[in-house]
Parts: sequence; C-alpha cells; structure tokens
Amino acid sequence: MNPFSSGTRLSDMIRAIRASKTAAEERAVVRKECAAIRASINENDQDYRHRDLAKLMFIHMLGYPTHFGQMECLKLIASPGFPEKRIGYLGLMLLLDERQEVLMLVTNSLKQDMNHTNQYIVGLALCALGNICSAEMARDLAPEVERLLQFRDPNIRKKAALCAIRIIRKVPDLSENFINPGAALLKEKHHGVLITGVHLCTEICSVSSEALEYFRKKCTEGLVRTLRDIANSPYSPEYDVAGITDPFLHIRLLKLLRVLGQGDAEASDCMNDILAQVASKTESNKNAGNAILYECVQTIMSIEENGGLRVLAINILGKFLSNRDNNIRYVALNMLMRALTVDSQAVQRHRATILECVKDSDASIQKRALELIYLLVNENNVKPLAKDLIEYLEVSDEDFKGDLTAKICSIVEKFAPEKIWYIDQMLKVLSEAGTYVKEDVWHALIVVITNAPDLHGYAVRALYRALHTSSEQETLVRVAIWCIGEYADLLVNNAGMLEVEDPITVTESDAVDIVEIAIKHHTSDVTTKAMALIALLKISSRFPSCSERVNSIIGQNKGSFVLELQQRSLEFSSVIQKHQNIRSSLVERMPVLDEATFSGRRAGSLPASVSTSGKSSLGIPNGVAKAAAAPLVDLLDLSSDDTPAPTSSSNNFLQDLLGVDLTQPSAQPGTMQPSQAGADILLDLLSIGTPAPVQNGSTNGDLLSMQDNNTPLASLDTISSTSPTAPSSMMDLLDGFGPTPPKIEDKGPAYPSIVAFESSSLKIEFNLAKQPETPQTTDIEAKFTNLTPNVYTDFLFQAAVPKFLQLHLDPASSNSLPANGSIKQTMRVTNSQQGKKPIVMRMRVGYKINGKDVLEEGQINNFPRGL
Amino acid sequence: MIHFVLLVSRQGKVRLTKWYSPYAQKERSKVIRELSGVILNRGPKLCNFVEWRGYKVVYKRYASLYFCMCIDQEDNELEVLEIIHHYVEILDRYFGSVCELDLIFNFHKAYYILDELLIAGELQESSKKTVARIISAQDQLVEAAKEEASSISNIIAQATK
Repeated sequence: MNPFSSGTRLSDMIRAIRASKTAAEERAVVRKECAAIRASINENDQDYRHRDLAKLMFIHMLGYPTHFGQMECLKLIASPGFPEKRIGYLGLMLLLDERQEVLMLVTNSLKQDMNHTNQYIVGLALCALGNICSAEMARDLAPEVERLLQFRDPNIRKKAALCAIRIIRKVPDLSENFINPGAALLKEKHHGVLITGVHLCTEICSVSSEALEYFRKKCTEGLVRTLRDIANSPYSPEYDVAGITDPFLHIRLLKLLRVLGQGDAEASDCMNDILAQVASKTESNKNAGNAILYECVQTIMSIEENGGLRVLAINILGKFLSNRDNNIRYVALNMLMRALTVDSQAVQRHRATILECVKDSDASIQKRALELIYLLVNENNVKPLAKDLIEYLEVSDEDFKGDLTAKICSIVEKFAPEKIWYIDQMLKVLSEAGTYVKEDVWHALIVVITNAPDLHGYAVRALYRALHTSSEQETLVRVAIWCIGEYADLLVNNAGMLEVEDPITVTESDAVDIVEIAIKHHTSDVTTKAMALIALLKISSRFPSCSERVNSIIGQNKGSFVLELQQRSLEFSSVIQKHQNIRSSLVERMPVLDEATFSGRRAGSLPASVSTSGKSSLGIPNGVAKAAAAPLVDLLDLSSDDTPAPTSSSNNFLQDLLGVDLTQPSAQPGTMQPSQAGADILLDLLSIGTPAPVQNGSTNGDLLSMQDNNTPLASLDTISSTSPTAPSSMMDLLDGFGPTPPKIEDKGPAYPSIVAFESSSLKIEFNLAKQPETPQTTDIEAKFTNLTPNVYTDFLFQAAVPKFLQLHLDPASSNSLPANGSIKQTMRVTNSQQGKKPIVMRMRVGYKINGKDVLEEGQINNFPRGL
Repeated sequence: MIHFVLLVSRQGKVRLTKWYSPYAQKERSKVIRELSGVILNRGPKLCNFVEWRGYKVVYKRYASLYFCMCIDQEDNELEVLEIIHHYVEILDRYFGSVCELDLIFNFHKAYYILDELLIAGELQESSKKTVARIISAQDQLVEAAKEEASSISNIIAQATK
C-alpha cells in the first residue's frame, strides 16, 4: 500500500490549512497534500478518488495549481454511481473552463448521462453543460437539450432551458431549433420553468429577428396575461419576497415584454395597461419592489410612445433620485442616463439633485452622476454648472479629481460662450488640479490665448498671479511661463488692461524671478525647465537690462545631466552673449497658432504623408504632419510654416536649432531610432531641424573654434561621449555663420560614387551627376545590391529631405531583387541652398524575404560638399 | 448575465468562486485580488454596486462574508441583490443559521446549492422550497450509496474473517 494514500480526510486537511500561521506553513501543508493526491492518482486508487478531488477543489480555491487533477474529474464522471458523478461534475466545472481541450473528452459522458434513467444524473449533466459548454459541444449536444425541454420532470425542463440559452450564446445559428419548444415553455405553470422559458425566449429574440416577430404575434397577449396573474396573485408563501409574489418572474416577464414592445406600436399598446398597473401598484418600500419598478421603468422607456406612461416612469425615477438609499439613487442615475435620449427635458428638471450626487461620498454614485451631468450640459447652463463643479474640485477626493478635471475641461472647452470665460475657468482648473490636466488640454489653452490678441495681457497677468499661489501645479507653471515668455512686455507695462482687472505692478526683474523659481523648483520636469529656458531667452530680448541675469540663470544648466537642457543652455547663452544683432528677430513673438490645425491634429485627422513620390515628401510642412503626440514641439517650433519667411541663411540655422525635438531629448541627428514608427523617422529629419551633418574635415575646425570660445571642456566631453557628431554640428551652427566658407564648385561634373548605405543584407550605392545648365540639380542613380542568396520581393525605397531640398524619385527598375543581384532607381535632388548646405537625406527600405517583412533605415550624409 | 460569483471573507480569503464566462486561471486570481481590494475597502453605508472593467459588480455583506456577483451594464442590479439574498436564505435553511465555518468545511455543498440556483449565469429557480427539496433528494442518494458501500464492505469483511 502507498504510504501516502492512507491520507487525511477532507475536513482534516481544511483544519490543517486553517491552522497554518504563515503563508509558508500553508504552502507546506498544500504541498504535502498535493503529493499525496498525485501518488494516489498514479496508483489509480478508486476508493479515495472523490475525496482527492474534493481536496483538490479546496486547494484550487486557495489559488494553487491543480491541473493534474483534471483527468480525475473525467474518470469520476465516467463511473456509474451518483456520488462519484456529482463530485466529478463539480470538479469539472471548477477546475476546467471551456477553452481546455480536455473538455472535448467529456462530451460523450455528457451525452450518456443526459439519457440516464436517474433524473438527478440528467440534472447534473445539464448543469455542467450549461456552465461550461463550448461551441463545439453546443453543436454536438443541442439535440439532446431540445429533447429534454419536453422531459416529464419540470426541474429537468428548466435546466434544459438554461442550457439552451448557453447554446444559443455560443452558436446563434442553433436558435431556430428552440423557437417552438421555447414558446411552449411560456404556457407552463411551474415558476422555475416559466422563468427560464421566458428568459430563453428573450435570448432567442436577441439573435433572430424572425423569432422576435413570431413571439410578438403569438405570445404577447399570453405574456401580458401571465404578468397580470402574477401581479394580482394572492399571498403564496413559496414565492413570496417582501410581500410580492415572485419578483424574479415579474422582472423576466417585463424584460421579454420590453423586447417585444420595442419598435412595435401594436404590441406596446397591448401591454400598456399592465405596465401602468405594475408601475403604480408595486410597493416601493423594499428592494424587491424597487427592482420590479426599475425594470418596469426601463420597459416603459423602451416601448413605443405613450405619454401618460412616460410621465409615470419619470416620476418614479424622480422619487428614486430623492430616496435615501444609495442603491436606489444609483439605479435612478443609471436610468436617467438612458431616459436622456427619450425625454431630455424631464431629466434636466432633476439637474440640481444630480449635481448633489456628484458630491456624494460614494464613488460609484459620483461617477454615474458626473457622467450624467456631462451629458446634461449645454450652452445655457454651462456657466452655473461649471462654476459648481470647479468649486467642488477643491474639496473632492484625490481619486475622483482625474475624472472630474477631464470632464470639466471638456465641458468648458465645448460650451464656452466667450474666450475670457474659457481662460478664466481653465485658470481655475489649472491652479486647483493642474496635475490632472492632460497635455492636449493645456496645449489647447495656449492656442486659444494666442488667438485672442486683446486678451494676451489679461491672460499673462492672470497667470502670473495664479503662479504665485499655486506654483506646485506643473501644467499651470508651463502655461504661465510660456505666456510670460511671449508676452513679458504686456505683463510689465500693464498693456491691454481690462476693466475687470485689478492693476498689478510687475517689474522686469519680477518676471525673471518667477521663471527662475519655476526652473529651480524641485517638481519641475525636463519639459517645464526647457520651456522656462526659452522663456528666459525671450525675456532677455524683451528686457535687455535683464540680459546679464538671464544669462547667468541659463548658464546654470550648462552642466545639466539632461542633454536637452544642457544643449539649450549652451546654445542660448551663446545667443545672448555673441549674437545680439540677431537675437531680437530670433525670439520674436510666436505667430498666432492655427486653431484648425491644432484641433485637427488633436483629433489625429492629419495623417503623416509619406510616399516614394518626391512631391508628397516635399509637401510635408515642417512639423505639421507630425504625429499628434508631439504638439509641444510645434508650439515651440519657431520654424513652423506660419513664420514670416526668414531671409538670411543664418537665421534659418538658428530657427532649426530652436525646434529641437523635445519629446526625444536623446535623439541625435544620424542616430538610428529603430523603435519609432516609420513615418516619424522620415519626418524627424524635417522637424528635428538639424542642419546638414558635419563632414569630418570641418569637425576639427569647429572643435578649435569652440575652445577659442572658452566653452568648458568638461561639458564638451560629456557631449562627445554621448554622440560624437553632436557637439561639432552644434558648434558649427553657432560659430559657423560668419565665416562659413562657401566652397562653391559650380562646375564639378565628376563626382565619385558613394556608398550610401550598407548592411549585412543590402548595399546602396549612389552615382552622382550634374547637368552644367542646372547647377542646383543633382541626378542620382541609386543601385541596390542584394548581398544574400535570398530573393527580395516588394522592394520599396523611400527617402525624405529637409525643406531646402527638392526630391524627385523615379520608379525603380524592378520591385524584386534577385539573389545577389541588383536593381536601379534614379532620383533628382534640387538644392536651393546650394553651396551653403550640403545634401542630406533620410531613407527607408522595405522588402520581404520569404514573405517576412524587413525594414531598414538610415541617414545618408556622406554626399560630397557643394552639391 | 452573471459572469461570476465570488464569496470573499472580510480578511480577503476566497470561500467560493463560480465562473460562468471563461477566465483563465491567472485572470481568475487577478480578478479576485482586484475586486476584493475594491470591495473590502468600501464603507458600510455606500451603495452595493461597483463599476469595474465595463461590468458591474453587485455585492452584499452578510456577517463576515461578502457575496459578489459580476453582471453586465444593462442588467438589473436590484434584482441581483435579491438573487444574492435568495441564495443566502437557501444556505441558511440548509445549514440551519449558516456561518462562515459551514461554508468552509462544506464548500462543496455550497456549490451544489448554487448549481441548483444558477446555470449559465441565469436564475433557475425562484422557490427556496424546491431547491431545498432537490438538494435533499440528491443528498439522500449519496447517503444510500454510502450505506450500500459500507454494508458490502461489512459483508466482505465478515466473509473473509
């Protein structure tokens, strides 16, 4: 005999588990028991099988793995006795679910048991089928279920009806087999059968419109009669719940009537009287009665129009809403939401009560009420409602603030009657719950402010004031420093004063102070600090007297570990120190941001356009076609297309410089970003705004000039270790404009061919040529060579170039690359800044190897200078 | 439709789980953890409904046990409360003023009763008496089988003496 199988009894095991003081102890007990059960399974020990399974179920409930017991369930189900089958089916339902393949093995046992002479065994099989049957089992066993719907014992009929519901849910096509037996069940007297039968018919109606029509014609009157009988029936102890006979049956009948009456005036008419009776006579002091009323109101709202009934229903909801029981109020809110589409006027009447519910202490009710209020807001009531909600924002729970803020912002934005009101409300929200405000919301606020020229001064002063009181709200800080950067002069000289404003006195250094506080505040993140740096640069130009101080603040970030900040800091202080002459034009006020573009981008309706044809890549305005994720970039991006066209090439450089992509601070020109979406990669080139990558020859010169500028060498090291090309290209920008040696080689017909790209599988060579009459245009013949013995199909080469270039791509000679073979494609690049900027190109190659997609990307910056 | 039934003690111990929609084992424990976290932390006076993952969970506390049922958005929450109460009353009659210990040591009985009340996540029987009758009939079948088995083993034991 197995030393384990003497085993403990079920209750002993439970006791041992309960006696465990620690989780480890419990695990030890379970481990021991599982070992014993496994041993006993291996022995094929029949006497203890049902006990083992019972133990396994308990262990399963505690959350331990019990898959090894699955086959035991099947064995027990297959054994002849009732006790074994009973526990076997229970284990089957608990340990398995419909997605396990083992379940298929049980189909046959189920079929046999459904034909068993013992009705309790039939009941067990039906119960298991109803709870876990899969689509396949449903098809196999539907005929058995259909037969059992006419079984002599009502307890089997009701189980079969519920099985039929499950079967229809799994395989809706089978519903037609159950229409007639379902209709027959509606005439039953036994409540269990009636409940399940009514439900079966409701379910059939939901999947088959023919069945719906059939039931509507044949059964509506009968159902109305049944409902009347049950509603009028005298006290019957067996079905009584709180003085009402069988509320469950009431509810099921009302549900089916709702389905039948919806969209059919005749059927609706037929049930009007009984609905009126149920709605007016049902006791509403107990939960059971309220459950019926709730269902009845739903039915009245869904069936065809009957004025009197609707009034009755709305009144019931009004009573519900003022009930002291939270459950009742919750369902009332729920129901009012649905009633809104039917009769919004009636719902509006309860607005005050609903608003009270938003302030309830119960999170479920709050959430419901807020959603309802959100739907109730319109142009007429937005002012008081928003005021109330914003006031509540101050005292609401932290958990609820996120939802509440989002809804308030959405309401205020959608229904704002005038801009000043919108700005005021948003300011309140930002100062109260700025941390919960989403990016696109505060971006929208900035867009609105720039579009209201007469409110610039008002907005910046209000923001300045708000910043003093709630400096910890990140988004408020961002909006405020953006506006201070743009409109610092309006802040100081109180321009555009409105009558409602209190005058304030802000000196130039106060403005610098507040930005300084923001940049030094411990909660400010990189974005905020970066925005603050730009604001400072702008202030330095507006108030030349503060220039020194601004420069020292900016300089403090020269050693920042965040590359983005460090770079900005270096660049900006260089602008302040050495390029006074261009500074003011450089940091001119932002052009008015286009509302339509912004809202379009916010909705994601502007797809990034990328294609091989040169035209469309030309047509991409800088930044505009970028994904919505980076609107910030565009807000800061001075080189947006709305900017007055720059005249000097040096300006152009710097504008690009300011447009550095904030969302990817680490993105360096020339660095591959394989994880990014393809479209973005192509566009990045355009919006990162990096000018041409620097050739080796010039790097040396730049390094030297940088040392001349006394730039700390330490920071140089940091930068160069991150990306060797970065510092040189950056410095080239700043120091290179004056003496850029434009080595214009007008007639250089002979250019060496270059290897544009090479990976382990693909090599791209460019043959360059120029027509003497069009010196700006370069003809490029690209040769793609397959370096592997596989054939590449669906080969597609895509390229993008910065704005100053024009690209024209001809179709490739073929779209498939033979093994170790090559194809050709010609393109033409026109350089409008020829001699000043070299050609640079970003490219992407896609192809398929044996049907598998491959994507390769890279930047081509080794074009000879002067092209 | 009821997607699952959950009985959790105040300490967060699971006393009964019944799944009418397919949930893999991992999801099941995640659901239980998530829900017991939400429900056990709710105050006593709040409403009995929790919105969760696009469903609603109706729960009610009886002594130290929370009875939870997860239903669809459009289902009748008040009715589900009645179903929970219906189940509790049947348990109470069967065990004779039921307590948590009854449900721990006779968890399989609690499941049998639930199976007579719900199938496929829908209510099966509104009469407490009928449920009690069917359960006791089945219990008797088990008893009879047990007696038979023991009498056979007695006979065998005597014969082999």
